Amino acid sequence: MFHLILFLFFGAICVAGAVNLLVQSHPINSALSLVVVMASLAAEYLLLGAEFVAAVQVIVYAGAIMVLFLITIMLLNAGKEERTKSSRVATLLGVPAVMIGAVLVAWTLLHRSNMQTPVHIGALPGNVQDIARLLFHDFLLPFEVTSVLILIAIMGAVVLASRPEAVDRGARKDG
Amino acid sequence: MIPLSYYLMLSGILFVCGVLGFLIKRNIITIFMSIELMLNGVNLSFVAFAAHWHSLNGQVFVFFVMVVAAAEAAVGLAIIIAVYRTRETLNVDQVNLLKL
Repeated sequence: MFHLILFLFFGAICVAGAVNLLVQSHPINSALSLVVVMASLAAEYLLLGAEFVAAVQVIVYAGAIMVLFLITIMLLNAGKEERTKSSRVATLLGVPAVMIGAVLVAWTLLHRSNMQTPVHIGALPGNVQDIARLLFHDFLLPFEVTSVLILIAIMGAVVLASRPEAVDRGARKDG
Repeated sequence: MIPLSYYLMLSGILFVCGVLGFLIKRNIITIFMSIELMLNGVNLSFVAFAAHWHSLNGQVFVFFVMVVAAAEAAVGLAIIIAVYRTRETLNVDQVNLLKL
């Protein structure tokens, strides 16, 4: 019962943050409500017994990625978004399409009786050590590939975000 | 004790909010945040199914999704900065040409 109350509390915060992200017109407000969504999702992960994922969610998502977003918003000095004609078209077509998708998801969930298995805190069998064993034995190759991916992403971000004249100067110095 | 379908409902609501934001928002940074919202919704269903099947593989996959999301955020925001340098706008309606 206590778990259910906690789940509903954090779930309500989560949904409120997601709706607030859509309603707000200034990107800073959207970013801050996304932080709320991610923090309450970390609480949901704790309720599921996934401590490692909850910690990584706070550190990586609510920490690193959102700081990146906020820095970009402040760097570009993004103001309120302006509505144009095509944004009305997107709303008129997008909202019904999304509603159809939502109804399909809800119908699938409600008509599958085996989805009623209860889960509770500590339901997951392993702790961080088991995850580490899995990550460094069974998933060793994907893990190493992600490190290469991160390296490529860093280089790509540096090249894309640097000023074109700086890249030219570097090329001239090399050649 | 919480039924699994509650978690899947929450994950579905988050995903639908992400799709809606992707479609109706005009600011390119907010569209990007909607994508992150969708990724978060999928992550929640991954962890819920990991608890359902008593398997840790779901948590490892969430880890990989987070890594890819971090890489995607870094490169995507760099592209947004590059776009802003040439177009002086963040409105996706005004970014309709591949080459200026």
